[in-house]
Amino acid sequence: MAKSENELTWQDLEPGCIVTTPGNTTDYKTGDWRSQRPKYNLERCLKCGVCALFCPEGCINKTPKGYFIANPYHCKGCGICAKECPAYVITMEEES
Amino acid sequence: MSKRIGIETSLAIAETVKLVNVDVVAAYPITPQTHIVEHIADLCANGELDAEYIPVESEHSAMSACLGSSAGGARTFTATASQGLELMHEVLYVASGMRLPIVMAVANRAVSAPLSIWGDHSDVMSCRDTGWIQVFVENGQEAVDMTICSFIIAEDPSVLLPFMINLDGFHLSHVIEPIILPDQDEVKAFVPDFNYKYRLDPHNPVAMGDFATPAIFTEAKWANEVALTNSRAVINDVWDRFYKTFGRKYQAVETYKTEDAETLLMTMGSFSETAMTAIDAMREQGRKVGLVRIRLWRPFPFDDIYEAVKECKNLIILDRALSAGGPAGPVASEVKAALYNKSVKPAIVSIVGGLGGRDIHVSDFINMVDIGEKAIKNNDIKPFEIYGVRG
Repeated sequence: MAKSENELTWQDLEPGCIVTTPGNTTDYKTGDWRSQRPKYNLERCLKCGVCALFCPEGCINKTPKGYFIANPYHCKGCGICAKECPAYVITMEEES
Repeated sequence: MSKRIGIETSLAIAETVKLVNVDVVAAYPITPQTHIVEHIADLCANGELDAEYIPVESEHSAMSACLGSSAGGARTFTATASQGLELMHEVLYVASGMRLPIVMAVANRAVSAPLSIWGDHSDVMSCRDTGWIQVFVENGQEAVDMTICSFIIAEDPSVLLPFMINLDGFHLSHVIEPIILPDQDEVKAFVPDFNYKYRLDPHNPVAMGDFATPAIFTEAKWANEVALTNSRAVINDVWDRFYKTFGRKYQAVETYKTEDAETLLMTMGSFSETAMTAIDAMREQGRKVGLVRIRLWRPFPFDDIYEAVKECKNLIILDRALSAGGPAGPVASEVKAALYNKSVKPAIVSIVGGLGGRDIHVSDFINMVDIGEKAIKNNDIKPFEIYGVRG
C-alpha cells in the first residue's frame, strides 16, 4: 500500500478488496493490540532466524547487524518467537 | 434460428445455462428448484454442456464451491429455494463482498415452519441486504431472457456482482409454456466471454476475501454499494441491447393501464399476469385502475417507482411475504420509505397474501382493490391487511 490504512479512500480499493501485493498485512497497525512485547537479550542471540521463521505474521526482519527483531507497528505480541528461540534470547514483558 | 417450443420454465432455464456456455455448476436439489439442476446434470452427463457439475452435500457448500469457481475465472451458475437459500445465507454476503459474478436462480418458496414446499417470497426477502442484484420474473420467457442478460450484467468489469433471478416456485417453475429459445450462435454473439481480471492464477497471485480492520471496512462496504447502485446503468444498457437483438423489452418497473388511473395495484413476480387480467375486468366496469410491476428489486429503482405512482391517489401493494412483527409487507415497507420525503404521494395500503402457495385469482385482486379503496376512503389504513385469512 502506498498510503496508510487511515488514508485509503474507497476509490483506492481493488474490487472486493482484493489484495494484489503479497505481504501487505504488515502495513496494518496491529501493534496496539499487544498486551505483551518481546524483549531481547541480544548477547545470547545466535542470529539463526528461527524466531522469524515461526512468526505467524511475518513481522520479524533482519537488522543490518544480522539480528532478528519484531516490527512493533505490526507485532501483536503472541509470544511464539519467545517460545521457539533456541537460545532463550526473547522474553515477553507486560506492555506499560 | 430461434425456436418456439412448449417447455417447462425450469427446463428452459437449464437450456439457457447451456446456451450461455456456463463452465461450472455447483448445486443441491431442493423443491421447487430441482428440475433446473436435474436437467443441467443431464445436459452435462450426455455431453451437451461442457461444464463441471459439482454435486455438493448442502447449499452452504454449493455457494462456497461457486465462490471458488468464480474466483478462478469460470462462468458459474447455481440454483436453490427456501431452506436451501437460508442455508447458504452467510455465503451470499461473501459472494457480493468479494465481487464474484455468480448467477443463481431462486424458485421462490415459503420457509418452514410449518413445512411448506409451495411458493411465496419469504425466502428471498431475508436476502434483501446481501448485496446481490435481484430481479423477479413473470413468465418462462422472461426467465430465459433474464438468464441470458444476467451473465452479461454480472460479469461486466464495472459491475462484478452476483445476480439472483427470482421465479415463483411451482406457479412458474413447473409451468409448461410456449417459450422462444434463442439459437446457440445468437447467444454466443450476444454474451461476451467472461474475462475476470483478478482470477486466481499461480503466475499472478492475489489474495481474496481478506481481513479488514475498522479503518478500512467502511470504505470496502461503500465501494460495493457504489458498484451495486451504478450497476443500474449496465442493467439498462444490456436490456436495451437485448431488445434491439431479440425484440423483447424489459424495464426495471413496468406499468399497465396506469394513465388516468386513480388506484394502482403493485405486484412482483408471476402473479402480475393475473393482476393484469383483473385490471382489464375492472377497466371494463369503468374503474380507473392500473398496475405497476416491479422487475428490478436490487438495486432498488427509486426514481422509476416514483414516476410510476406519483399521479395516482391510491396505491395497493401485494406482498407474498410477511415481515414478522414489522411495519408492513417488505415491498410495501420499502415503497413507503422511498416515497416518505416526497411532497406528492399516494395513500398506500399494504396487503399480504398468497402465502405458502395459496392462489390469488382475478376476483381476489378485485377484492384487494375494494379493500384498499375502502380503507383509504374511511381513513382506516392499518399497517397491513392479511388477505383471505379465516377466522
